[in-house]
Amino acid sequence: MSGHRQPLLMLAVAAVGVALPFVIPDYRAQIAMLWALVIMAQTWDITGGQTGYNSFGNILFFGVGMYASVVVQRDVGLDFFPGLVLGMVVGAGIAAALAVLLGSMILRMRGHYFAIATLGLGIAAGEIAGGWDYLGAGSGLSPPLFPAPPGTANLFFAYLYFGVAALVFVALAALYRTRFGLALNAIRDNEDKAEAMGLHTGVYKVTAWTMAAFVLGLVGGAMGNMLGFVDPRDTAFAGATFGVWMVLMAILGGKGTLWGPVLGAVIFHITQELLWTHLLGWQRVALGVIIVGIVVFFPQGILGWARTRWPARHEHQGHGSERA
Amino acid sequence: MSAQLTIEGATKRFGGITANEDISLEVPEGRIVGLIGPNGSGKSTLFNSVVGYHPVDGGSIRFEGREITRLRTAEIARLGLIRTFQQTHVFVQMTGLQNMAISDAEAGHGLFQLMRPVSAETRERAEALLAFCGLYGKRHLMAGELSFGQRKLLELAMALMVRPRMLLLDEPTAGINPTLINGVIERLQRANREFGVTLFVIEHNMRVIMSLAEHIHCLAHGRLLASGPPEALRNDRRVIDAYLGAR
Amino acid sequence: MAANVALLGDAPFLILQLLLDGLMIGAIFAVAAYGMALVWGVMNVINVVQGELVMLGGFIAYQLTLWGLSPLWGVPVAAIVLYFVGAGLHHVVIRRVADRDMFISLLATFGLSILLQQLMNQIWGGDVKTAQSGLGTWFLLDYTVTVSQMKVAAFGGAIAIGAVLIIFLKRSRLGQAIRATAQNPRAARILGIDTNRVFAATYGINAALCGAAGALVVMAYSVHPYIGLPYTVRSFMIVIVAGLGNLPGVIVAGLGLGAAENFAGFILGVQYQVAFVFCLLVVILVIRSTLLQRRRQFLK
Ligand SMILES: Nc1ncnc2c1ncn2[C@@H]1O[C@H](COP(=O)(O)OP(=O)(O)OP(=O)(O)O)[C@@H](O)[C@H]1O
Ligand SMILES: [Mg+2]
Repeated sequence: MSGHRQPLLMLAVAAVGVALPFVIPDYRAQIAMLWALVIMAQTWDITGGQTGYNSFGNILFFGVGMYASVVVQRDVGLDFFPGLVLGMVVGAGIAAALAVLLGSMILRMRGHYFAIATLGLGIAAGEIAGGWDYLGAGSGLSPPLFPAPPGTANLFFAYLYFGVAALVFVALAALYRTRFGLALNAIRDNEDKAEAMGLHTGVYKVTAWTMAAFVLGLVGGAMGNMLGFVDPRDTAFAGATFGVWMVLMAILGGKGTLWGPVLGAVIFHITQELLWTHLLGWQRVALGVIIVGIVVFFPQGILGWARTRWPARHEHQGHGSERA
Repeated sequence: MSAQLTIEGATKRFGGITANEDISLEVPEGRIVGLIGPNGSGKSTLFNSVVGYHPVDGGSIRFEGREITRLRTAEIARLGLIRTFQQTHVFVQMTGLQNMAISDAEAGHGLFQLMRPVSAETRERAEALLAFCGLYGKRHLMAGELSFGQRKLLELAMALMVRPRMLLLDEPTAGINPTLINGVIERLQRANREFGVTLFVIEHNMRVIMSLAEHIHCLAHGRLLASGPPEALRNDRRVIDAYLGAR
Repeated sequence: MAANVALLGDAPFLILQLLLDGLMIGAIFAVAAYGMALVWGVMNVINVVQGELVMLGGFIAYQLTLWGLSPLWGVPVAAIVLYFVGAGLHHVVIRRVADRDMFISLLATFGLSILLQQLMNQIWGGDVKTAQSGLGTWFLLDYTVTVSQMKVAAFGGAIAIGAVLIIFLKRSRLGQAIRATAQNPRAARILGIDTNRVFAATYGINAALCGAAGALVVMAYSVHPYIGLPYTVRSFMIVIVAGLGNLPGVIVAGLGLGAAENFAGFILGVQYQVAFVFCLLVVILVIRSTLLQRRRQFLK
């Protein structure tokens, strides 16, 4: 996406995002989920694609946001919307605090040790939630219902997640243009060298992960209300679904790029919805095949592939130092 | 002439191998000092100890009067003591300009200082230094697409971008086309003169080190064998034997 | 929680019971861990699908009981079937990711683990399965400590499987080729060893090991499509703590983990036992990185 076409493309996507819930009103729930998945892929890519720290456990922040939000809504006793907003904010805050705390311990690990540690965190969280009575233990929690018919509720969530996704996109586009973005890339390319040049690599890594955690907490904070239930292993800390999907969507689209995660999420979600209706019972098996297939045969992703295909069109993901 | 870098009794062991044994030397401010020795004599190890890459097993290292023996690499770098690598390390999936932009220590490494686009000053200085190293035409290329020699030059440009007080250069001419070596020597001398950077240089190419350095230390088997001006070392029996013995 | 700790103090036989149970399952952990270390050391792949291979072995033994056979047959049958499953997985997936960035092989085997989970769920359903071996129970110390004979048999079986593998690696030509490849793949290739075949065999042997272990698990304990991952994580922890190629370390770490887990399950409550495993993983990794950091940073 070279410089001058970027705004046009963003406008086009924004127009689609605004119109979609009215063009295909029957699919509002899926549209909302689509934007939520886009956000998951975008935020995964902050550490995974840009910084080279591949997390298998970002689902942790999503789940923490989900539980925190529902508990706030259950215990504070506000009306639906103020309760939801407060819940989302608290969820995002706790997720971010957790990222600072855990990140400062586990982001010191290199490569696959970090990936495995995050995998452990995500699953441990699900297991703890599943045993903790305050959080409804294995049967989970029921969030307050949206005070309107389902069609309206899904319209609300579709726009909510679309709005967040658009904000995140614009924010990341700006972030990756700063020297902070360059610092993340430097860590990805050669962390020892980055340290040898005097960069505070630890601080940047924790900051990057915290940004992702904050947004994921926000997304999780509304997901309970959208789905109508919170369950420790199937929704909140669903490592085998949302948890890997976010990694996969970013890889499918092209990790380390601005548009890749968006593209990957859209393609993945549509494929998955088609599978759901056509492969009764076997969809999850088919999803497993897709996951393995993408990783084995297409790890460079769509944009990575396009870049090797057309190297002449020099892409630069909007880094400021290219052409100011 | 005061010592900017003081190494006292540095010892470093890897398992059974003693890579550095009781090495003491000084690098005076503003000078170009050479470090030579046969392969495996412990030169790179000494550099690694100085910049905090690994802890020494004994001895102390001071930079500008400050004890840096226990500091970490990044902290030492922020004091203005930067090293380049024998194997060259650059950020391969970033362009030359981006490599330079992130190396700009003047623009700051603090979180908030980083949270803004590359400034016009950074850019200008980066372009000037890339031109200085003969890489201006390649500034938009990914560093990974550069040749080994070009990466070596980019690494030098990045080190200069930091505005270091002292540079430790590990074989800056290794892998560089012989016809370009004179250009590198001249650039290093200019960097020393014009930017006032002290240079501490490991080099195997005797012609290079003899014409570049004002003072040379020679290591052999992890120990400091001899020190002196180039002419004296060139004729030093022990140095000649060390090199011949290593063959 | 505190009450449980107090209970342990009041009833020492409980300690013995937990310890025995822990050590017995720990031997199975050690077998799976040894297989993981083999694959890791030889082909530089961390096999996240390890636990699902164990579960698959269990389901195969369970299937034999449905056909009226004794589940004891499951040990050799699961090992043989799993060998071919492993060699097949290697051919289709592992060999394509083994020499890439380790994250890719990690993600690919994680994908396989999800795939196998779903496949087993589809074939055998989402219930816990056990296979009755027909063995009874011993009562010790005035009926305060019970010892399931099947668990003892599983313990012995795990040791036997490990011994067979070690003799195989030491004595057979293939075993020697595997060890040579583990030490230096390039040199092995120069010496004329077909490393791709060695890799396939290594992965197959690891799968067979998991399959045999799984057959023991289904008889002495139980299997479920979704509880493979904890076995993977246990194997991984054991390998990290013991180090690659350290057999006594693997055994000690395996038995220790089994015991630790049983005590944790008793003290924290069984519902937190799996959580304990995963938290322990994170703790071990944090300790490891801190130790490495120390070594990098400070004077000795
Ligand atoms: N990280 C390490 N672990 C173990 N041994 C090491 C390590 N680094 C260096 N050594 C050993 O220390 C000795 C000195 O190595 P060093 O790299 O310092 O030599 P050098 O003088 O830079 O050689 P060259 O001219 O070939 O670059 C060698 O025997 C080397 O094998
Ligand atoms: Mg060297």
